[in-house]
Amino acid sequence: MIYREAGQFKTSYGADQAIFPIAQDRVFIAAVLIVAFVVVPLVANDYWINAILIPFLVYALAAIGLNILTGYAGQLSLGTGGFMAVGAYASYKLTTGFPELNIIVVFVLSGGFAAAVGVFFGLPSLRIKGFYLAVATLASQFFLIWLFNRVAWFYNYNPSGTIDAPPREMFGVLITGALATPEVKYLTALSMLVLFAVLVKNLVRGRIGRAWMAIRDMDIAAEIIGIRPLQTKLLAFAVSSFVCGIAGAELFMLHFGSVETIAFDINLSFLVLFMIIIGGLGSVMGSILGAAFIVLMPILLTNLFVGVFGMQAVDAKHAEIMVFGGLIIFFLIVEPHGLARLWQIAKEKLRLWPFPH
Amino acid sequence: MGFLNDMLVAPFLDIASEPIFFIEVVVGGLSAGVMYSLVALGFVLIFKASGVFNFAQGVLALFAALTLVGIMEWGVPIPIALMMTAGVMVALAFAIERLVLRPLVNQEHIILFMSTIGLAFFLEGLGDTLWGSNVKRLDIGIPDSPFEVGGVLMNEFELVAAATAASLVAVLAVFFHYTRIGRALRAVADDHQAALSVGIPLKTIWIIVWSVAGIVALVAGIMWGSKSGVQFSLSLIALKALPVLILGGFTSVPGAIVGGLIIGVGEKIAEIYWGPALGGAIEGWFAYMLALVFLVFRPQGLFGERIIERV
Repeated sequence: MIYREAGQFKTSYGADQAIFPIAQDRVFIAAVLIVAFVVVPLVANDYWINAILIPFLVYALAAIGLNILTGYAGQLSLGTGGFMAVGAYASYKLTTGFPELNIIVVFVLSGGFAAAVGVFFGLPSLRIKGFYLAVATLASQFFLIWLFNRVAWFYNYNPSGTIDAPPREMFGVLITGALATPEVKYLTALSMLVLFAVLVKNLVRGRIGRAWMAIRDMDIAAEIIGIRPLQTKLLAFAVSSFVCGIAGAELFMLHFGSVETIAFDINLSFLVLFMIIIGGLGSVMGSILGAAFIVLMPILLTNLFVGVFGMQAVDAKHAEIMVFGGLIIFFLIVEPHGLARLWQIAKEKLRLWPFPH
Repeated sequence: MGFLNDMLVAPFLDIASEPIFFIEVVVGGLSAGVMYSLVALGFVLIFKASGVFNFAQGVLALFAALTLVGIMEWGVPIPIALMMTAGVMVALAFAIERLVLRPLVNQEHIILFMSTIGLAFFLEGLGDTLWGSNVKRLDIGIPDSPFEVGGVLMNEFELVAAATAASLVAVLAVFFHYTRIGRALRAVADDHQAALSVGIPLKTIWIIVWSVAGIVALVAGIMWGSKSGVQFSLSLIALKALPVLILGGFTSVPGAIVGGLIIGVGEKIAEIYWGPALGGAIEGWFAYMLALVFLVFRPQGLFGERIIERV
């Protein structure tokens, strides 16, 4: 009743090609953005921002990055954690080496480093695909983590082996470091997420995105119709690693503040992969929904097991892993196309509501 | 210059000056390789028969070992405990087929792959919930005393592990080639639809394959568990089995064995002779890099079927 496109006439190609062609969608998204940018920093407490919202925003960005590679270009990757580590360590080296460099520039440059590494480890994708490629990306995961652990130059010969986010400010406001307020960190992460969500959404709607999807659906056929596999696949690796690298830098600078390589181990790769599978492969919206789900669910489960059932923390952890695995299987069985598809179905239903016939 | 010397000259001089030690390193690598092969074998069985890339194989081994230790802690004699654990693995195969594979039939490979990762999480949590997560000792009376052959120090345990792996492969080869069920399995591996159309029941076949993989996981779990205790790191062996598969080919049983041995020996030699020059602990990634380089030249693995693609 309220969600109808009836009466909304498009008079230009621009209006026809809009990301949100229906006015109600635009109103809804604008409302969400206003809530996220204005209301949340005013009302949310520090625990919510630090423990839930910032990780959610950072993981959502990482999930968008992986979704470019796996969801749109069809190249299965288990090396996300490694690429995120490149971003984190590059940002650390850049900002300690050039302290006057703007922190946003540091983020973008570290994404560039991650993109270069991603292209290098993407080279085997020209010969192999599917699970073989997954193993090849595992090599990047283990090698990069080993490299950052072993070569002391990467953590500035810090005896503890950790890297700490130094205080950096922009427009006179402290953005990173221990003294930066959660609200500022939150707004930084949110702005980056919105920026890259829009950029990526537009990228995948255009010629490049269509080439990626053609490669994903059948690479030989794509080659025959004139898509160059070399450039297309490597571009997917580059863009994906770029976004993942920025997410890694944010994870280090905005969320943890101080990390060791263990924060970027294989479990992180799986976590981000779960996000895009549960959220929906080949969907920017799905990446964000999936990240929200994966960040929130363990917290809910822990509260449920410890708070409601009164279990010991250790037992609760085991039960949590079990339920987590079970839920993943359950989700795959119920809706293999993820939360993004459920979102779409809900919108379709809403268009006909309350008179579905 | 010093680095080049460390990389290109010194290791070979070390090998030449102490051949006995080198042989010991190789033997140590072979015994580690046998372990990788045992896990890789389970992968190959399931991949051949159902095209599912079973990420949970390592956790299956962990779960089997945990169950065995748990049952033995009740005071059940070893042979009966083994039978009971095998029974649990078969029951698990039934449950997996019914609850995971059947609802996901006809889905894309990546979805099935993800479901086995979910399965891995589930089994890990289940094993820990049932039997606790502390490191357990598993002792089913495999001899474990060192002895010497021509100056080379060896361990009886390594021989037992090698003999177990060899007999397992022999039994599997006989099973696949000379029994009715084995022929049906090969038919399913060849072409699902053709197998269905000549009346081979796909569901039964999947249960059998997962049961066999469960038993292989049990053997792998016993071997790893007796060697280094039953603990979570066992399931990480699953990841090491992936480069083994790449090297051997996803669909080849002998490939899994040979690949495992190459990886085992290769990473031990690399660690001991080239590790110091590179900063040590290169065991963590060497296997993957070896597989990566190998992939570029021979994507289908040593024994894999040639990959032919059509539009």
